[in-house]
Amino acid sequence: MKENLKKLKNLINSELTGKVQNSFIKDDELTIEINENDLIEVTQFLKSNEKCKFRQLIDIAGVDFPEKEKRFKLIYLFLSHENNFRIKLSINFTPKQLINSLTKIFPSANWMEREVFDMYGIKFKNHPDLRRILTDYGFKGHPLRKDFPLTGFNEVRYSEKEKKVIYEPVKLEQNYRNFDFESPWEGTNYIKELKKTKNNNDKKN
Amino acid sequence: MTKKTKSLNLNFGPQHPAAHGVLRLILELDGEIVEKADPHIGLLHRGTEKLIEQKTYTQALPYFDRLDYVAPMNQEHAFALAAEKLLKIEVPIRAKYIRVIFCEIGRILSHILNVTTQALDVGALTPSLWGFEERETLMTFYERASGSRLHANYFRTGGVHQDIPLKLVEDIEKFCKSFPKILDDLESLLTDNRIFKQRNVEIGIVSKQEALDHSFSGVMLRGSGVPWDLRKSQPYEIYQDLDFKIPVGKNGDCYDRYLCRIEEMRESIKIILQCIDKLPKGPVKSIDGKISPPNRDDLKQSMEALIHHFKLFTEGYRVPEGDVYTAVEAPKGEFGVYLISDGSNKPYRCKIRAPGFSHLQAMDYLIRGHMLADVPAVLGSLDIVFGEVDR
Repeated sequence: MKENLKKLKNLINSELTGKVQNSFIKDDELTIEINENDLIEVTQFLKSNEKCKFRQLIDIAGVDFPEKEKRFKLIYLFLSHENNFRIKLSINFTPKQLINSLTKIFPSANWMEREVFDMYGIKFKNHPDLRRILTDYGFKGHPLRKDFPLTGFNEVRYSEKEKKVIYEPVKLEQNYRNFDFESPWEGTNYIKELKKTKNNNDKKN
Repeated sequence: MTKKTKSLNLNFGPQHPAAHGVLRLILELDGEIVEKADPHIGLLHRGTEKLIEQKTYTQALPYFDRLDYVAPMNQEHAFALAAEKLLKIEVPIRAKYIRVIFCEIGRILSHILNVTTQALDVGALTPSLWGFEERETLMTFYERASGSRLHANYFRTGGVHQDIPLKLVEDIEKFCKSFPKILDDLESLLTDNRIFKQRNVEIGIVSKQEALDHSFSGVMLRGSGVPWDLRKSQPYEIYQDLDFKIPVGKNGDCYDRYLCRIEEMRESIKIILQCIDKLPKGPVKSIDGKISPPNRDDLKQSMEALIHHFKLFTEGYRVPEGDVYTAVEAPKGEFGVYLISDGSNKPYRCKIRAPGFSHLQAMDYLIRGHMLADVPAVLGSLDIVFGEVDR
């Protein structure tokens, strides 16, 4: 299994030189980082190449790193039934960028991209029907972004007076408490930051 | 003279007994023929993925019971495997067997529900009455192991929460001996039933290529003749040591998928019996005190156990940095968890890959050109549970 993954990695690296920015095998999983503009070509290659045959798109996962300049990351998970491989394709990009839609190559990308759009506000080029999917009609904001609060902004209730369901700003009966239980010796945030700056300084020296 | 026809828009759901939950389908009809279906989902969206980001790994686990709530432990399994892969810990052999037993029980639970409610949707009441009696028995097994019938919260990173009582193993064995007879009875009601066949044969046909293109998995894929089951092809736990077959359909229609499910239940029974036969003795969770909570008895005696207990239930354990994707063959298809850890005690991101999401997406293409009355039949055979579709 491991050998095969290595072979596959080498194959992809040699066939797609210039397109693959980084590729590595960790925890028996192959990840390939590419530029977001090469997405369509690389996917086509992965789907059609005889030795890859990644004919099924399993999922598209968005990730948000608010502290980075290229804030968003998309991870495409593919599966090849014939060769029994999985591969992860990842792209990093800034919030303003448009990403090419995969709906032409994989029809199932339609809802997956809609979900990413709904949750992160990432827009896709040439998507046939880019609407919200999981959140309510008329919802504002993108809930899985890290700066979106867990409690949200609006809450919903039935108003006896107006005889309908209404939206109101969230009122918490009790303050939301987020306990930081991480060990104060090594885990909590300010210690981690201290360590990071210290490490960076060490590297510089 | 040409006659002008106008298509009719029909709103199906969100509250409809045949919608299997809260599905709103906007159907465009030409007479009784469906021209287009636009499923509106998200009415059961609870923000599971967002909530998991705020919880420690132990606290995140119960959310998985609430996804596909007819087979809770199969979901927990995927998350437990993901965390274990990141932590690089071994699960004791007894725990693996117990997990497999309960996953297969989950599969039977889910398939009974699906087969019988599909029959209900096309007009047969009796199968559901018979099937639910068996589900009740199975859920008491869940209860005796975990304390609750539905939201088990039984699997843990590194094993399972508690060992199962001896008598339970005997009772599961007894059930496995009696259940095939019940399946025969169910089949006698449905398999050759003329009405059931008229409603299901050659309805909702999926070809091999289309099944791949639409990211189908599980029975939806196997019904179309693709012999693919993660338990065989990418075995996890102890599936490689077990002897079982993968039923594969031929025509890819609703009827074939029904047959696959019935056969899978028989295979599950075989798996459970093998597991009970081989069930080894030993610990049921990782012996690493930094990950598994200590024994209740040790708490009274050992200072170290007390510290571990305190730390595990406040801080939880920390998971090394990295990202993994693990998938299990859940009753509905490939259920996967893509987990990113930043080295802290909470997941940075947990993407849940629900099989029902892809299946429901194909609803539009499956139902085009069919009659309105086929909508419940196709929907039933997709095996949709809104807990996992909406997350």
